[in-house]
Amino acid sequence: MSEMIREDGRKYNELRPIKIEAGVLERADGSAYLEVGGNKILVAVYGPRESYIRRLLEPNTGVIRCRYNMAPFSVDDRKRPGPDRRSSEISKITADALRPALMLENYPRSMVDIYIEVIEAEGGTRCAGITAASVALVDAGVPMKDIVVGCAAGKVNDEVVLDLSEVEDKEGQADVPIAIMPRTGEITLLQSDGDLTEEEFQKAIDLAMEGCMKVSELQKEALMKKYSTE
Amino acid sequence: MDIVPEITRESITSLISNDKREDGRALDEYRDISIETDVISKAEGSARVKIGGTQVIVGIKPQLGSPFPDTPDLGVLMTNCEMLPMADPTFEPGPPGDDSIELARVVDRGIRESELVDLDKLCVEEGKHVWMLFIDLHIIDNCGNLFDAAELAVMAALKSTKLPTASVVDDEVVIDKENTFDLPINNEVAMCTFVKIGDKMVLDPTLSEQRVAKARLNVGVTKEGRICAMQKGGQQPLTKEDIFSAVNTAISKTKELVEYL
Amino acid sequence: MIYVEDKNLVIPGQILADDDYYPGRGTFKENGKVCSSLIGLVSLRNKKIRVIPLKSKYVPKKGDVVIGKINDVRFSMWDVDINSPYSGILPAFEVFGRDKKELNKVYDVGDVLFLRVIDVDEVKKAKLGLKGRGLGKFKGGIIVDISPTKVPRLIGKKGSMINMIKNKTNCKIVVGQNGLVWVKGNEDMEQLTREIIHTIEAEAHTSGLTNKIKNKLCLAIDGELPVEETEEEFVLEKPKLQNFKEELEQEEREKAEAEKEMQAESEVEQDSEIETEEEADAEEDIEAEASEEKDTGDKPNFYDVIEELKKKSQSRKDKNLSYSDKSNNNSFILNNR
Repeated sequence: MSEMIREDGRKYNELRPIKIEAGVLERADGSAYLEVGGNKILVAVYGPRESYIRRLLEPNTGVIRCRYNMAPFSVDDRKRPGPDRRSSEISKITADALRPALMLENYPRSMVDIYIEVIEAEGGTRCAGITAASVALVDAGVPMKDIVVGCAAGKVNDEVVLDLSEVEDKEGQADVPIAIMPRTGEITLLQSDGDLTEEEFQKAIDLAMEGCMKVSELQKEALMKKYSTE
Repeated sequence: MDIVPEITRESITSLISNDKREDGRALDEYRDISIETDVISKAEGSARVKIGGTQVIVGIKPQLGSPFPDTPDLGVLMTNCEMLPMADPTFEPGPPGDDSIELARVVDRGIRESELVDLDKLCVEEGKHVWMLFIDLHIIDNCGNLFDAAELAVMAALKSTKLPTASVVDDEVVIDKENTFDLPINNEVAMCTFVKIGDKMVLDPTLSEQRVAKARLNVGVTKEGRICAMQKGGQQPLTKEDIFSAVNTAISKTKELVEYL
Repeated sequence: MIYVEDKNLVIPGQILADDDYYPGRGTFKENGKVCSSLIGLVSLRNKKIRVIPLKSKYVPKKGDVVIGKINDVRFSMWDVDINSPYSGILPAFEVFGRDKKELNKVYDVGDVLFLRVIDVDEVKKAKLGLKGRGLGKFKGGIIVDISPTKVPRLIGKKGSMINMIKNKTNCKIVVGQNGLVWVKGNEDMEQLTREIIHTIEAEAHTSGLTNKIKNKLCLAIDGELPVEETEEEFVLEKPKLQNFKEELEQEEREKAEAEKEMQAESEVEQDSEIETEEEADAEEDIEAEASEEKDTGDKPNFYDVIEELKKKSQSRKDKNLSYSDKSNNNSFILNNR
């Protein structure tokens, strides 16, 4: 792997600057705020709570519902408010990425709502959303096997690099966002978009997992900071 | 709908009748207010406002569009409000409901009727191209009195707005994002919201005060003390005296509020 | 092999010990390791590890006493909101046996009751009852809500915390296991008590809390820090009543309460027996959370349904109540570029 310097001056395995904060909203049961590069993400969690949407409930466990939404002012050209096909897909895969970590057996027929609001977008919002959502879930006191964390790798100028920025995402050749449960290394989200050889793909996964582990430490720090008393 | 416990209704009503409140404020006192501007780099104007636990983010995006036929030389303001489900356990995802639309329209009225945005400076080519300003309100935490927080946030965001320069070259509009100009603002406005509990008018209601009250009054006032927008909400009537005293309080409180801008 | 110490703050997924330790509540075992499933504090008892959650929703358990709000009146039962993902029902039968009465004449929507969970079905719906004196509808007062996990801390070792607050503020306080607290007393004292309860909730896991709360109470009520343990002197001064009618009503209310309390007093004993198991649990929680109060002995005087009625009506006019803690420091920063 070369010592190529990227467009924004990062090394191939370097993350953008990240900031995570837990418990930032008053009303929500749990919440988190995350900045990575130019992304600003706010997540609120409500639940487990009673739900009136009968058809969604399961008799033996709780269910989760996720809504990923971009603010109209979060992108260069104003986005029309409301869900579109992209945000619906991201909502679905985010729920799938988080669900394996949640232990809702003690909350049958309940629902956990996760609201991810992209206040400002600069590439990689789905991973950022998952990372922030996990922190908000912990903040809400939802029992979990692990704190899911997301990070992407991709291919830019024929090089596999970590955590694509918006420009790299647009001009790059591939983007591979993943989410993992860091304790076991199990992958709970995987998408791949673009052109990769098998070797490049493996490299991308390894790199993204490395990135996840780093972000995972920041999640833990944010929670410790919020709740430790010393 | 969340049912207010009867004893909560009684205790709040009783406190208010003794000129006291749950959080120790006077009846005409605001909670702590903070305003930050330029919080979103991708928006041409933005602000985040907190009043107590209530939090609102506003982003302003301009778009070139056609003017209304009756005002061919004026720019256009569009205010939209999303009461995000993250803000309150009773808010549901989906298109804006009645409350959300009312909030957006009342806030918009304060801005529009005070004529604080110089709309003719938003005209690029008369009858053809004007700037349309999309004011998007994001309610992220609802601890009562969204109106005043929203109005302050919109006001602060407008004041921070920088527009790209646009000119017409060979019948085509050329946008220069490098050269920006401050959105011309020639006034300031704030909104004061009251609810009626017992026979008292209470400024800046908390969530529980709001739930106990059955009547609301929004008063939009410019910094010179002129009334530019009002709205009565809720199912109970107000007396003339209630309204006059609220207006009087609003006019003096607006001077305090615009200080934060 | 163990990787944490007692009272450590841990987060979900954190490995606490190898499998020579037993996984208790708030933990799970996977691949030969005991891991935490919550954000909370480690509680070590011999070889058993538990994690006491810092936040959690109330899940109804048989035998619990809870504070609930009537949400709906139906044909033969009331729907009760018990501050939980699961709602409760109060069957008409539990209230008036086989008699036929109009339900909403007895308890109506918005009424707040002190109830016992008599059963929980397989989908966690709670069947509630009012049998046992001291249970019933609250009249007057305020409701304060806290995280159910902080209930043991609010009560304190042997009821030390809650009794101190009661004595100092002259308020009656009833704590439901679902995190709702009913407070009744002088209007200003009710508000002070609310503030105090929220302070306890926010600082539940800090040490020296009882003293801190004591100082806060004394400062707010006496205007000075406590010197030593001395007899409190009460300035007997009636609050100004606004008119005659109100005065009458107040007297009537007080009379009714007095009767209710006399009833309830004999009741406390009985209650505490039924609660033994839960108390033991709660006591452990308290120990885990508050080391400074390390005296062992009697069971805490839990759910003090109601206190004796001694110097109550002579509530004093509001002294300088301070509401300094209204700040909320939920300040996340949106970067300003």
